[in-house]
Amino acid sequence: MQDWRKNKLFFAILMAPSAFWLVVFFTIPLAIVWVYSFGGRGPEGQTLIGFSFENYRRAVEWIHLGIIWKSIVIASITTAACLLLGFPLALAIAFAPSRLKNVLLLLVILPFWTNLLIRTYSWIAVLRERGFLNFGLEWLWDRADLLFTFVGMPDLFGEFQPLRLLYNLPAVVIALIHVHLPFMVLPLYATLEKLDRSYLEASLDLGASQWRTLSSVTVPLAMPGIATGVLLTFILSLGSFLAPDLLGGTEGLMIGNLIAHQFGPSRDWAFGSALSFLIMYATFIVLWIRSTVASRSQTGLGI
Amino acid sequence: MKTGMLAEAGKAIGTATRARPKRRVLPLDYARRRSIQALLAGIFVFLYFPIVALVAFSFNNSRRNVTWQGFTFDYYVKAFNNASLHEAFTNSLIVAGVSTLISTALGAMLGLALYRFRFPMKGLVDGWVSLPIVIPEICMGVAMLAFFAAMDIQLGLATITVSHIAFTIPFVAVVIRARMAGFDQSLEEASRDLGAGQWQTFWNVTFPYMGPGLVAGALLAFTLSLDDFVITFFTSGPGSTTFPIKIYSMVRFSVTPEVNAASTVLIVLTLTLTVIAMVIQGRSGKQMVGK
Repeated sequence: MQDWRKNKLFFAILMAPSAFWLVVFFTIPLAIVWVYSFGGRGPEGQTLIGFSFENYRRAVEWIHLGIIWKSIVIASITTAACLLLGFPLALAIAFAPSRLKNVLLLLVILPFWTNLLIRTYSWIAVLRERGFLNFGLEWLWDRADLLFTFVGMPDLFGEFQPLRLLYNLPAVVIALIHVHLPFMVLPLYATLEKLDRSYLEASLDLGASQWRTLSSVTVPLAMPGIATGVLLTFILSLGSFLAPDLLGGTEGLMIGNLIAHQFGPSRDWAFGSALSFLIMYATFIVLWIRSTVASRSQTGLGI
Repeated sequence: MKTGMLAEAGKAIGTATRARPKRRVLPLDYARRRSIQALLAGIFVFLYFPIVALVAFSFNNSRRNVTWQGFTFDYYVKAFNNASLHEAFTNSLIVAGVSTLISTALGAMLGLALYRFRFPMKGLVDGWVSLPIVIPEICMGVAMLAFFAAMDIQLGLATITVSHIAFTIPFVAVVIRARMAGFDQSLEEASRDLGAGQWQTFWNVTFPYMGPGLVAGALLAFTLSLDDFVITFFTSGPGSTTFPIKIYSMVRFSVTPEVNAASTVLIVLTLTLTVIAMVIQGRSGKQMVGK
């Protein structure tokens, strides 16, 4: 690596265009929103510049706090489910023979490269009243009914009532797990892959069970990957907009929808800015935690 | 007594399995355990069923039915003849094309600078330029909207393109940096020693090496732009509908086989581009190892 002073002209030529672009079309827009978040709303929906914490105070009023709390709960459930599903998946991929490993990795990554909007709305056809899931359940129901008719108990179940699976909170959670699972699996896989297998073998050879090895050796060693995956999944699902918008109905609204509403029909950009920056602050905290965890685990592995 | 019997039974099963050496599972070979296999199968069904069903039912000969009524291309013809879908698709290609050209150039320069130079506060700059990757899209979307409104700029294809460039630059930079990590700097030194100037060295030695990274980065930027919904949603105005925005407004109305046909076209297009990008990156990776 070269010191920038040794070749100032080349360094400037390389850095200047993208630095300019990211200052003007990324940093300044964020700064504007940050400034707005302390402002207010004029009578005609214009944004007034000012300095007060009024917008942040409004965000923790009951009506909004409910949505924020719900968003945190949804993001937490999503993260936990992704970890529970993603860890065995990542473990199996990391220890699989190399041919199978590549196939499995590709299978995890492919949905990741399918459009977010399409992946989200694809759940409508699965979950709606006349959807695939209800259709499958009805089929099973009818078979069971037929079976009981054979053994002399006709009409025990009655008519099949389709379940309301769409436009509620579980629908949002299901879609969010679907969308974010790769974000959990990839960092987990990256650490499990690099992990020194002799530790695991030693644990097993010394008589520890698979579960004991998993909980006392594999999981602690995989902590940096777990931290990255958990934080990434949490932040991404906390800021979701599409899944609650398309699948949540009125029950499954999240902060993202509240923000979009302020910048849309409500025309209260100052309040929307404050809500948006609440997610940004959460993101910064998460990034800070991640970097401290990363530096600690680096020193920890030196033992 | 009971435990003793269990142990005996266990031993018997053990010898039975040992008699067939093919089925023996090594302790760390989790992918070969039946329970893990069942879990994996379940996860992959969960991951793929909705998308596969969507694609399959875009060929279904029925408007609103979850049962298979026969194969048809009708909805593709319909989607193709839908003028507004057509226009949205053209808009998406224009935005993705222009933003890819600019973000590939800028991102490549940024990636090269970060790979090559040591400078004060590099960690901070590193974090700053990767911020568009990590912050939730909705935050960036509303920020761009607020910015264009504050500058009194009319929303349209230009504002979408500008925003797409901003969020794809960091992705291109990451790809280029990864590519350059395998670069042998003594090649540059050799070129300089043999009398080539700095620019000559750059264009004849460094730049050709970047090639596969540039193609992969450009393909990544193109697919990210083509696929983006949230940021585009906030930066598009009337008359600048992109393909995903159009699909969204159709979905809000009703999920029809026609939307599914349009979505399938988008899926096939992005997956093809991504696979090409991965093959190029994989091949260049092998080259690196070969050296």
